[in-house]
Amino acid sequence: MDKVGRATAEGVAEVGLAGTLLFQALGWTLWGWRRRQPVRLSAVFVQGMEVGIKALPIVTILSVTIGAMLAIQGIYSLSAFGAESQVTLGVALSVTREFAPLITGILVAGRSGSALAARLGTMKINQEIDALVVMGINPVRFLVAPALLGTLVMLPALTIWADFIALLGAGMYVSVELGMSLSAYTDELISLLKVNDVLHGLGKSALFAVLIVLVGVVNGASVTGGAEGVGRMTTRSVVHAISAIVITDMIFAFVLTRS
Amino acid sequence: MTEAPVIEPVIEVQDLVTHFGDRIILKGITLAVRPGEILVIMGGSGSGKSTLLNHLLGLLVPTSGRVHILGQDINRISGQALSELRQKTGVAFQGGALFSSMSVLDNIMLPLIEHTHLDRMTMEIMARMKMEVVSLAGFDALMPAELSGGMIKRAALARAIVMDPRILFCDEPSAGLDPVVAAQIDDLILLLRDAMQMSVVVVTHELESAFKIADRICVLDQGEVLALGTVEEIRANPNTRIQNLLNRRIEEAELDPEEYLRRLTGQSSTKEGP
Repeated sequence: MDKVGRATAEGVAEVGLAGTLLFQALGWTLWGWRRRQPVRLSAVFVQGMEVGIKALPIVTILSVTIGAMLAIQGIYSLSAFGAESQVTLGVALSVTREFAPLITGILVAGRSGSALAARLGTMKINQEIDALVVMGINPVRFLVAPALLGTLVMLPALTIWADFIALLGAGMYVSVELGMSLSAYTDELISLLKVNDVLHGLGKSALFAVLIVLVGVVNGASVTGGAEGVGRMTTRSVVHAISAIVITDMIFAFVLTRS
Repeated sequence: MTEAPVIEPVIEVQDLVTHFGDRIILKGITLAVRPGEILVIMGGSGSGKSTLLNHLLGLLVPTSGRVHILGQDINRISGQALSELRQKTGVAFQGGALFSSMSVLDNIMLPLIEHTHLDRMTMEIMARMKMEVVSLAGFDALMPAELSGGMIKRAALARAIVMDPRILFCDEPSAGLDPVVAAQIDDLILLLRDAMQMSVVVVTHELESAFKIADRICVLDQGEVLALGTVEEIRANPNTRIQNLLNRRIEEAELDPEEYLRRLTGQSSTKEGP
């Protein structure tokens, strides 16, 4: 009982810390310049490069694969009703509303959320965080805000890219399998897809971005006990971030599709 | 520096008490650092000297008591005022705490970049001047991982003094270095004080280095100030615990058989005695 209580208290404390960090990071972003401590655009840019541009190859590969996979499964399951030609609708909705944001979020959580946790954890045990504090440089402003902004811009951007590539992947399979031309497929996509579907996915990816960064930062900040501690918290941050993403995804979909 | 009629201490600590959980670490520390002096805080492992330093740096919040830096209570002032105060102090951490993703020059320049509006050329020149002072000239582009232990300590010192602080804190500046390099670091601290009139607080357990650089020594033991005085006063202090520390004698623990048995069986009730 004691253990359960303590774990619960720690969990609540971590959520509280995450919330505080989010508000502080946004506060520094908006009002840092007034205290002569602005969030540096160059730091945001560096984070954006790391989170976004460098993830492009792997996002591209996975998106093509997911798109093709959805087309294969879609045609297979629709063939039971002889409705293979409806595959475009299924692919279009599931890619934009679900798979592109989810896959991109999980990838970025694995690539960048873990890196963030490891970086902050290492900085903490090397006293680099203390060094920032005693220099009068706020660590939230210097380390957390750029990561948050960079991810908040790049994750939705990556998701748009994943939308395109996954739909292209699906289109290539569909055109071969059903003998439909790519341009006809594109026309059909455009007539079927609503802006709302794309925004649904993008909204989720922005939420995922916040989750990934906060989970990474909270775990990085809680590192104790040297290199082994960094490893443990890094792993924990990936597991937590992916779980948070999947659960949030379901809640988001539930709330928005029923209203 | 001009002689003021009344010399205000740059650091004033009053009745500082602090706990980690239930364990008491510092039991009412009172001390002051005068302008331009080198105060060495000495003590064995677990004496509370690192904790005291963290309080002086405002990294920990005390249970009770006050810490005044340059006349301001660092636990009472606003974040903004604290940030400005911190620009007048410099800290060289034990492990250097250089940012591993930045080159040596960028590390040393960081306080300037964040707190001043100078152009980059000027900042580079100022940083290189400090690198000359610590004999690190020409190592601009190296990354911290490529530096030796002595070079890391010197780079950390250069970063600590780049804003020309009024107070310099050094945590174990010569620990883990060979005697020659350790002596160089000691000379460097003396030079910095003499050339820039800084007040310096050094935390160390190295006796030789402490006696060489200190104006005054504060001996800390089990969370209490055992003695505070000039090098001669400390050497002449009759307290056995101080003499044990100075002569590297092992303290003989008094053994209470009953307490010993209780400890072995894990039934020890009180961990702390006054």
